[in-house]
Amino acid sequence: MSTATDANTIAPDAGARSETAIRPTRPFYWSVRRELWEHRSIWIAPLAAAGLVLFGFLIRLVRLPHVLITVNGLPPMKQSLAYASPFAGAAAAILVVGLIVAVFYCLGSLGGERRDRSILFWKSLPASDLTTVLAKAFVPLLIVPVVIFAVTIATQIIMLLIGSVVLAANGMNVSAIWTHWPMAKMTVAFAYLVAVITLWYAPLYGWFMMVSAWARKMAILWAVLPPIGLSIVEHIAFDTSWVGDLINYRVGGFVEEAFASLPNRHHIVIQTIDPYALLAPEKFLSTPGLWVGLLFAVAFFAAAVYLRRGREPA
Amino acid sequence: MAIIEARGLRKTFGKTAALDGIDLNVEPGRILGLIGPNGAGKSTLLNCVLGLIPYEGQLNVVGLDPWRARDRLMREVCFIADVAVLPRWIRVWQALDYVAGVHPRFDRTKAEAFLARTQIKRTSRVRELSKGMVTQLHLALVMAIDARLLVLDEPTLGLDLLFRKQFYDSLLNDYFDRHRTIVVTTHQVEEVQQILTDMMFINRGKIALSCTMEEFERRYAELTPRPEAVAEARALNPIYERQILGRSAMLFDGVDRTRLSTLGEVRTPSIADLFIAVMGEQTTPVQGMAA
Repeated sequence: MSTATDANTIAPDAGARSETAIRPTRPFYWSVRRELWEHRSIWIAPLAAAGLVLFGFLIRLVRLPHVLITVNGLPPMKQSLAYASPFAGAAAAILVVGLIVAVFYCLGSLGGERRDRSILFWKSLPASDLTTVLAKAFVPLLIVPVVIFAVTIATQIIMLLIGSVVLAANGMNVSAIWTHWPMAKMTVAFAYLVAVITLWYAPLYGWFMMVSAWARKMAILWAVLPPIGLSIVEHIAFDTSWVGDLINYRVGGFVEEAFASLPNRHHIVIQTIDPYALLAPEKFLSTPGLWVGLLFAVAFFAAAVYLRRGREPA
Repeated sequence: MAIIEARGLRKTFGKTAALDGIDLNVEPGRILGLIGPNGAGKSTLLNCVLGLIPYEGQLNVVGLDPWRARDRLMREVCFIADVAVLPRWIRVWQALDYVAGVHPRFDRTKAEAFLARTQIKRTSRVRELSKGMVTQLHLALVMAIDARLLVLDEPTLGLDLLFRKQFYDSLLNDYFDRHRTIVVTTHQVEEVQQILTDMMFINRGKIALSCTMEEFERRYAELTPRPEAVAEARALNPIYERQILGRSAMLFDGVDRTRLSTLGEVRTPSIADLFIAVMGEQTTPVQGMAA
């Protein structure tokens, strides 16, 4: 009797496991979600920058009569620049904030989980090191650029609308603002700029993530000081600046490589020069620096996967 | 098929061998306690089993090579490293979402039902929970996973008595069945003695003693001899003797219990006492009640 009940209670149990529906999973998607939960600065910081820009812009509008007197007294070129500068400024502010967020994100991406030992929790789940590192790489390579782009364009549209309303309310010519800042073309140009910077900086992000996976603490120092030290040593020893040039090229080289060089860059005037004329995608795509950089990026991310796999909590 | 199978497992850090040739065979349905002093190699062994570190020798866990296939292994194996590994920033609902999103054998309703019996709010962050609640949350996540092997490394470290008791009660009543296997290391040996089916002493990377609890109970006996029988008892070669409140307590290995019972009171010893008896000779001072 007792054996019969035993068999009955065990049998369904025994079958239970194999019958348990194996639910489909999406480790990559949820790994990315996880990054966004943890690092809310990814979207909060650009939004805060946008808020500051709009705040400044509103003050400018309050001072509008004064601003317009100054602006109307300028030669046409400078006039155009005066109209365009708040929009360019907004883009620059949000872009810089976004890039800073991306860099600091990378520097903490694989060290933080070891420091708080949560790596033991993440590794107790069926998400591979490759999936995890790819999800983390996805943040600076896609999420941050998209956030930068979306926040910037939204901010500029708000600025255009508020600006137009204020100009109209003061009985002034609304079209000036739209001609001085051709929104549609500028949107395309800005998307190009963000894409260029992201591709160009990919090896930097990879380097920062690799250092983050490797360094026990102070990843920022390990990431920044050795290259600088190397360039100083090189300078003293050989009187050359090969390393320093390489760093400069990687940080600012995209300007030369991805945009048309104009005879007088200082006087780029939106009204007189089509923004599209500045974009040089063929030149950028044929730059060895881009492809070599991407190769390095892949190598750095691969090294990060390798390091995370064998790393124990700090 | 064995759940864990190790042959000549070795792991060296620099020149020191953390694991020095471990042979291990854990069958399904067992609860194995790994006991050893700090630095004996318990955690290193578990880290090998979980695919967290590379090793030399042969190791198979649920038929997989842990180091090569950690992510596949983690579909069949769960582990709680210690109470402090849940990320402090995560909210309870996020933890549920994430595990449900990556684990094919996670039963969310089960986890929610377990959480409903606790004070844990779905919107709380881990950092806002008490240590005991964090353990409850981790346990809720792990028990809702239909895994074949559960590895617990000091799961109740720093918890108060009540939570420690609840932890093992939940584990036994709501989780364990004959198809699951549990490997646990803990310093609180007294608490797990009742639930173990097997025990293993590890010292300096080697297995010092390995037996089932039935063997343990058959083989070892603790005698508190009557004062006049002390000398006679000593003549039977106890492997360990200690003084409690002026009376001797002697630990015997393989001495007939009926024989011993003529000399005084006979009990099954605690694992902790056996540990001190077996390891005392081999280790430098054992700290307190160490295990």
